[in-house]
Amino acid sequence: MTAAPAVGAARQAARRNAKQRRFVTPEGIDLQLEIASAGLRFSALLIDLTLMLVILFVVTLTLVFGLPGGAGQAALALWLVGFFLLRNFWFIAFELGPRAATPGKRLVGIRVVARDGGRLTVSSVVARNLVREMEIFLPFAFLAGSAEQDLVSTATVVLALLWTLILSCFLLFNRDRMRMGDLIGGTWVVLARRSKMQADIGSASAHPQADEPQFTPAELAVYGVYELQELERVLRQGDNALRRTVADTIRTKIGRPLTGDDEQFLSAYYRQLKARMERDLLFGKRRANKYEEPQ
Amino acid sequence: MPASASVAYSTAAFRREREGDWQAFEALVERLERGSISRLSDEDLLALPRLYRATLSSLSLARATSLDAALVAYLEALSMRGYFLLYGVRESRLARFARFFAVSWPAAVRSLWRETIIIALLLALGTAASWWLVANDPAWFHALIPAELASGREPGASAAALRETVYGKPDHDGLSIFATFLFTHNSQVSITAYALGFAFGVPSMMLIFYQGLPLGALLSVFWDAGLGPDFIAWLSIHGTTELFAAILAGACGLRIGTAVAFPGPRDRLAAAADAGKQSGAAMLGVIIMLLCAGLLEGFARQLVQSMPMRFAVGGGMLAFWLAYFYVPRRAVRDTQL
Repeated sequence: MTAAPAVGAARQAARRNAKQRRFVTPEGIDLQLEIASAGLRFSALLIDLTLMLVILFVVTLTLVFGLPGGAGQAALALWLVGFFLLRNFWFIAFELGPRAATPGKRLVGIRVVARDGGRLTVSSVVARNLVREMEIFLPFAFLAGSAEQDLVSTATVVLALLWTLILSCFLLFNRDRMRMGDLIGGTWVVLARRSKMQADIGSASAHPQADEPQFTPAELAVYGVYELQELERVLRQGDNALRRTVADTIRTKIGRPLTGDDEQFLSAYYRQLKARMERDLLFGKRRANKYEEPQ
Repeated sequence: MPASASVAYSTAAFRREREGDWQAFEALVERLERGSISRLSDEDLLALPRLYRATLSSLSLARATSLDAALVAYLEALSMRGYFLLYGVRESRLARFARFFAVSWPAAVRSLWRETIIIALLLALGTAASWWLVANDPAWFHALIPAELASGREPGASAAALRETVYGKPDHDGLSIFATFLFTHNSQVSITAYALGFAFGVPSMMLIFYQGLPLGALLSVFWDAGLGPDFIAWLSIHGTTELFAAILAGACGLRIGTAVAFPGPRDRLAAAADAGKQSGAAMLGVIIMLLCAGLLEGFARQLVQSMPMRFAVGGGMLAFWLAYFYVPRRAVRDTQL
């Protein structure tokens, strides 16, 4: 084995850590929030804008065709108020809810969080979303306005695009992925993980089989926590071709014949490896990955 | 291997003993995220904090002793959801709403008093400058006011024509749409003035200065025709509310701008976040004030025709806002909104 995989593993772990932030609850537990990536933020915004456009379209159609002819004035007034509310309060209303996320954010699995660990106040949410006016809507309004008056020159288009670009790049140039609104509102956008409880594949009672292979301490001493958890992932995924590859790799590494039931072999190896490493953990020994020397 | 078997038993037992609590907590969180807290029974409410702490303690145990990545991920996600539910919102929407009007809004406006004075002076400066320019050379008028805004109210217009614009017959059909348009348009301008404050407050100040220009120019025209008080009365009916709101929006923008430019002893991020917290509530108030101004401008201005009554309505609104914002009251800590 060369050192390249070790460097790769270290780099991957560093990348994961770079997105994690300490977030200590009053009970003294670090929740390790993970900052949402720019891609997620952008997709959430696109989903929200699409939803808003669809709603605007439907409301406009209903007002145009659904009301009797005499109600034209009232319809126009309603439309103006509706447009104003949608533009300014779509984000605010949803982010004040219990999930602190707009439909777009909920779909991609992110939420807004107060940076200081306290509550998300009404003020913060209002501030972070009114600044959006400058970041997104103003350049659009500017472009639309100049197009209306036939003033749209290449220069204005370029300037408006440049403006939007600079403002969206603000989010890319800080490691907390804060846009200007987040800076003012004192907020972060983090991953809102939701995971279901999964079966315990590590306990001995899961598959009580008498004929499963037993491994010696030497055979169990070749891997660390990283490999153990990758093995767990493979077992939970249930991809047979992948299991065959992984099982054969382990068999080669510990010098066993390349035959037998892959799933039985892997789950037995996983259980015994996990039991052994969890016992080591109780004695304060933690081996991060296979490149680390066993203590 | 007896030793390893017994350890495997112990992490499995850890999970077996506690997973009932985790699942009960997950079910509660699920229900809370969907509906309001009032729909929980008393037993559930009592169980909530206990289950939350049980889950958090399981998380820290699992991180230290278990190598089951899926289990740790499950507990982390559940703890995070629980944390934000329990510590996120502690009040009903109605209580937050009530507190906004009773405490947060006036407190936010009071804390902006310095910025408010500066912005008000800038508005006065803009008005005075354009008045002086137009009074000395009427040609300036067309440079300061676009033709569609002036609509006949220009230097040289007859006093009768000017009087007609102030006391003209109300156009009943268009009132509601006119009020709505004014409200949405003015609010959008104020929000822009606020958002632009980020650039060190300069755009906010410029926007406010520009708002004073047409005001001064029109004042000069009406004053020359001997209709000064009439025009001021006509304007004040909604103008006191609207200009106050515009000044507050500018003040919010200026607060953000100065916090970013001169953070003082705190770091820039903390200063910006503080400014945002103070100005957010005030901006929400600005939108409400502009709603009032839109209603006054759309309805009251056309329906109230006598000059003293107009002054009474305009002055009354101004007195109301000043009293609401600045009259000292019993100190209530505003950390809750």
